Amino acid sequence: MDFNFDIIWGYLPLFLRGTLYTIGFSIASIVLGSILGLGIGFGRMLKNPLWRWPFDVYVNIFRGTPLYVQILIVHFGLVPLFYGSTNALISGVVALSLNSAAYAAEIFRAGIQSVDSGQREAALSLGMTRRQSMRFVVLPQAIKRMVPAFGNEFIVLVKDSSLLALVAAPEIMYWGNTMKGQYMRIWEPYLTAAVIYFILTYSLNKLLAYIERRM
Amino acid sequence: MEPIISVRHLRKSFGSHTVLGDVSIDINSREVVVVIGPSGSGKSTFLRCLNLLEQPQGGEIVIEGVNLMDKKTRINEVRTEVGMVFQQFNLFPHKKVIENIMLAPIQVRKWPEEQARHKALELLKKVGLAEKAEVYPASLSGGQAQRVAIARALAMEPKIMLFDEPTSALDPEMVGEVLAVMKDLAREGMTMVVVTHEMGFAREVGDRVLFMEQGAIVEEGPPEALFGNPQHVRTREFLSKVL
Ligand SMILES: Nc1ncnc2c1ncn2[C@@H]1O[C@H](COP(=O)(O)OP(=O)(O)O)[C@@H](O)[C@H]1O
Ligand SMILES: [Mg+2]
Repeated sequence: MDFNFDIIWGYLPLFLRGTLYTIGFSIASIVLGSILGLGIGFGRMLKNPLWRWPFDVYVNIFRGTPLYVQILIVHFGLVPLFYGSTNALISGVVALSLNSAAYAAEIFRAGIQSVDSGQREAALSLGMTRRQSMRFVVLPQAIKRMVPAFGNEFIVLVKDSSLLALVAAPEIMYWGNTMKGQYMRIWEPYLTAAVIYFILTYSLNKLLAYIERRM
Repeated sequence: MEPIISVRHLRKSFGSHTVLGDVSIDINSREVVVVIGPSGSGKSTFLRCLNLLEQPQGGEIVIEGVNLMDKKTRINEVRTEVGMVFQQFNLFPHKKVIENIMLAPIQVRKWPEEQARHKALELLKKVGLAEKAEVYPASLSGGQAQRVAIARALAMEPKIMLFDEPTSALDPEMVGEVLAVMKDLAREGMTMVVVTHEMGFAREVGDRVLFMEQGAIVEEGPPEALFGNPQHVRTREFLSKVL
């Protein structure tokens, strides 16, 4: 097997740009997904099953279908419907955010329910409203416990964002495919992409371990 | 004199399991009522109904003239007048000792930070823990944690204090320091309802002792009478086991 470093060298600037897009998609989706997920997580903790139902359905649908399919539906269905035409950047952020919201909702719910009920009761017994006890007592403790799970979810997003190559969002995998198409080579483009993903997730893992130690 | 707490025909069940059958009692201002009884008899549930941490299925609870069972009653306002101390302390682990005490006065009473801090320091001095103001609860012993929890409840300046086995989770050598704080409170005239197995405390501080079994108040009376000359065979049996 001959391995041609020159074509990798030539594509490197494009791969680096793709890396920025990958990071951008991942950050935007974890942020938007978390905000949406917080609301859905609270929705899933509603006592009334009728009110809770839509939130359960949301989570089940997004966790029960492939991201691959979700991206196609968002890109060719939802985005044209609301935006008028397809747009890979919008589709990418929307699809990943909607998907990660379902996972974030579960992280929030599990985190909040992991806080001992005595904490909430102590807050309520002092005269705090349910909202105040959530905000000042339960959530701060829950969020601390959620950090590892959110870190994990972020790493999953970095890897899963590679599926956005499907709709020609210019992230790492897109350039890998382009390079393959141009040179008709397998190892150079795909190994380059793999190495970049690995460097990203490995550094994120290290960063996460550091943050957890500091907490 | 109007009782400060008036409970009528209180009923509470969890699913099909009836925990409180039909409990009625009046408690006067400045009175110290000690609740004793075997484990599982409903003592905690009774106490937790008094600030609606448990929602009763029936009956009436009137505190300072406010009917808790009335849908229009704002329960969090009632709770500002009814402090509670838990067996497991339930201090907020992410907040320093002084922040534990200041949180509710600032958020609920809307006191300025300085006033809340002043009050918190005063209370820490009262429970003998002024030097612990800036540490986190994790570094406290059980006895210290429970004294901070009492100070935290007192910061709201409640009229009534509920204690649910405040010394049961403590190593024996720390029980005394917590009981001492509670005795001080009783002496100052705080209305107190105390679930405890500390019969010495009940005798010394209690104005009245309630013996509960299977979700009912079997017998009540001044400590000398209840301990010295119990009327019910159930009470006698229980006391013979714990005394
Ligand atoms: N949240 C709950 N759900 C179901 N059963 C409960 C709950 N809390 C208490 N119980 C039951 O109610 C009974 C009385 O409990 P409790 O009031 O804690 O008794 P005590 O404090 O006297 O030991 C027990 O049988 C207990 O199992
Ligand atoms: Mg109990």
